[in-house]
Amino acid sequence: MSEAGLTMGGHVPGFTEESPFAIPSKKLVMWLFIISDAVTFGALLFAYGYVKNASPDWPEPFRFSPSIINVMLMTFILVTSSLTMLVATRAAKEAERVRAIQWIFITVAGGILFALLHIREWMGLIREGVRLFQNPWGSPMFGATFFAITGLHLAHVIGGVIALTVIALGYKRGRYNSDDVEIWSLYWHFVDLVWMFVVPMVYLLNVRR
Amino acid sequence: MATTSTATTSSLKTDLIVYSCILALSGLQVVLAYRHVQGMLLMLQMLGVALVQAGFGIMYFMHLRDERRNLLVALIPATVFVLLMMNMIWSDSFRLLHMQAPMK
Repeated sequence: MSEAGLTMGGHVPGFTEESPFAIPSKKLVMWLFIISDAVTFGALLFAYGYVKNASPDWPEPFRFSPSIINVMLMTFILVTSSLTMLVATRAAKEAERVRAIQWIFITVAGGILFALLHIREWMGLIREGVRLFQNPWGSPMFGATFFAITGLHLAHVIGGVIALTVIALGYKRGRYNSDDVEIWSLYWHFVDLVWMFVVPMVYLLNVRR
Repeated sequence: MATTSTATTSSLKTDLIVYSCILALSGLQVVLAYRHVQGMLLMLQMLGVALVQAGFGIMYFMHLRDERRNLLVALIPATVFVLLMMNMIWSDSFRLLHMQAPMK
């Protein structure tokens, strides 16, 4: 087919196809990214399980107070930020620009608070002597696996905070539209979902009784 | 290329119910962690609860239930397959555990 024929798709029956998923390409790309990232986190959690299972002296360092209470608070903040992002997306779809931006920034505030609590949790463990390949309790691999998994998740949260800020400012200026808000809300919900697996595998299976 | 986004069928009420369920399930995980069940059974219980939470999140928060079914079919089974294939590492993990010298 000639180039002219390609540009005049309407004249070639069956040439222009509808998207099989009926979603914007940006949204499909975000879904594909989420799936690949889910597999990345899955691989890390499996590796964590592998090392933990193979180590008879795996440490159980997390006390109810402060660690588990801190983690419960972090979970509450992250799940609540998902809800606020839903409200922001709905406002954007209803063309309520100001309300959408306000809710996106509330979500960003939740993300920042989560990151600060996460860093506090890290600092507490570091003060107790946990390093990448050393800790006072048992298997030296604990620190490496703990910091790798929670660090990757924290990097996603910080990335999400930056991305949502950029989207909110761009949406305010008219550079981005409600579809962009919806697409980045998918990313934020995904970060929330990953935390649902990190908490039980990394924290709750290692509580000090 | 389609340019319209998903027409979501959920309301704020539905979102609040799902949000409450996810938080309640997180609380259930903490309760499970402090019961006298340990090891593989506890891990399976935790994973089961986390999968339900993830299902709620994907279907309601990420609105996958509102998308065309072929998007769901294209994304989910392939991901589940890859994650299931990773389970082949466990036998080697147990081998390592039993190969170790006795603890002093």
